[in-house]
Amino acid sequence: MLEIKDLTYEVEDNGKKLTIIDRLNLTVGDGKFVVITGPNGGGKSSLAKLIMGVNPITSGKIILDGEDITDKNITERAKRGISFAFQAPVHFKGIKVVDLLRLAAGEKISVATACEYLSKVGLCAKDYVNREVNSSLSGGELKRIEIATVLARGTKFSIFDEPEAGIDLWSFQNLIKVFENIRESINGTILVISHQERILNIADEIVVIEDGHVKSQGSKEEILPEILGTSSARKIACEKLGGTING
Amino acid sequence: MDEIQRQLIAEVADLHEMPEGAYNIRTDGELAARNTTSNIDIVTKEDKSGIDIRIKPGTKRESVHIPVVLSKSGIKETVYNDFYIGDDSDVTIVAGCGIHNCGTQDSEHDGVHRFFVGKNAKVRYVEKHYGEGDGQGKRILNPVTEVYQEEGSYVNMEMVQIKGVDSTVRTTKAELASNATLIVHERLMTHGSQKATSVYNVELNGENSSTDVISRSVAKDDSEQIFEAAIVGNTLCSGHAECDAIIMGNAHVVAIPRLDANNVDAALIHEAAIGKIAGDQLIKLMTLGLTEEEAEEQIIAGFLR
Repeated sequence: MLEIKDLTYEVEDNGKKLTIIDRLNLTVGDGKFVVITGPNGGGKSSLAKLIMGVNPITSGKIILDGEDITDKNITERAKRGISFAFQAPVHFKGIKVVDLLRLAAGEKISVATACEYLSKVGLCAKDYVNREVNSSLSGGELKRIEIATVLARGTKFSIFDEPEAGIDLWSFQNLIKVFENIRESINGTILVISHQERILNIADEIVVIEDGHVKSQGSKEEILPEILGTSSARKIACEKLGGTING
Repeated sequence: MDEIQRQLIAEVADLHEMPEGAYNIRTDGELAARNTTSNIDIVTKEDKSGIDIRIKPGTKRESVHIPVVLSKSGIKETVYNDFYIGDDSDVTIVAGCGIHNCGTQDSEHDGVHRFFVGKNAKVRYVEKHYGEGDGQGKRILNPVTEVYQEEGSYVNMEMVQIKGVDSTVRTTKAELASNATLIVHERLMTHGSQKATSVYNVELNGENSSTDVISRSVAKDDSEQIFEAAIVGNTLCSGHAECDAIIMGNAHVVAIPRLDANNVDAALIHEAAIGKIAGDQLIKLMTLGLTEEEAEEQIIAGFLR
């Protein structure tokens, strides 16, 4: 179980203090598929990075399975079972896909095993396993390799930060399949930051974050109609339908 | 050969036993072992220190190893090695120099290698530098490489100097005839107060000749690296030079490109990038469970692969 208590994250912007996360409280139960959603700039990605330890928190506590990990660094949190798929995957000159998957798995897995992880994210494994993780790969390919590194870790708490961002429509269909099947691949808790209705649809639980707070949290059945009924959702629907719905 | 010399040879030539094929092993300024084959002859020069390596036309899949090791402090030598590579041959040449200096005097090996590459010949050349020993004496290597390529020849050079050499000035010049190709991959890591300079000058003289000079380097501590790549295009040709350096600590890295086109059909490109290890690379590897130091090692090892 992950417990977030009174978490605050402030940054300085041109000498002005900005509160990104404001005394946020959240509990994520074991084995759940939880999707965090909400408007842009609401603090979703910041929260994900605070859980991984990428950014330093201003105050509050993060507790994983009863252990206070607030003061632990990224490596220590990773070793305690937190994984993170970045929104914008990193390039590495000279490091091959198979090397990255081996580092992720924490052992020298066979090429065949590495290929299995790639196949799970919809990549034709033999074409990719020996490629370098560099800019010769497309955004969608890098994104799937990024997700494969989290699968290869197979830890108890996996975070995916906007897996759909930067992926073309065709890749997106495959990506949804990856997440539909992810519980077969990862035996643990899954936390996904997403705006996509199709990802929201496969969640056990949805958390809406707005202005640095948890605005609502509940089952898909409870939250989804609420989100789809907001003014912003109505606006999008209106645009799609050519303005035939009135607010 | 003693144990230190054996270890140096293993470092620079990946040799643990006597190699197959032709070889010439030089230790502390003396010939230690030599083997020739029916296709590859090695002859000691009479007018100066060094050897002539003659490879018969049409020699296929043979190799020549010519490692040099210095294990005594205070040796300074200049050696001239000339390679005559016959038309249509396909060979691998492994050179390299390892210096073990425990003494107080400087040890220096300056190898001057000239390659005369025949028509349609294919050569893979590997040159590794390595230094060790905790003496005050410096370990110095100043290799000069000259490559003369005839029509249709292909030369792939791998130049590696990963650690332990205090001072290096590497000078490489090449002249290419029509349809000849030269590929250079340089990998360099300097640390402490080491200094390394690499100067390349490639002249593309024949139509459809091409070159690709790629340097990947890591400069740590207070070390200094200078990379100068000049490509001269005198005809329809293509040339590409790339310098990519990771800078760490208080190191100093200079990249000096020079493209010189004398013909409207010469297509020449230079790319250079110097920067520290990207923070997001470290963070990604740390999220996989590596410590910051382990992440740094992996990034450097990949970069210098």
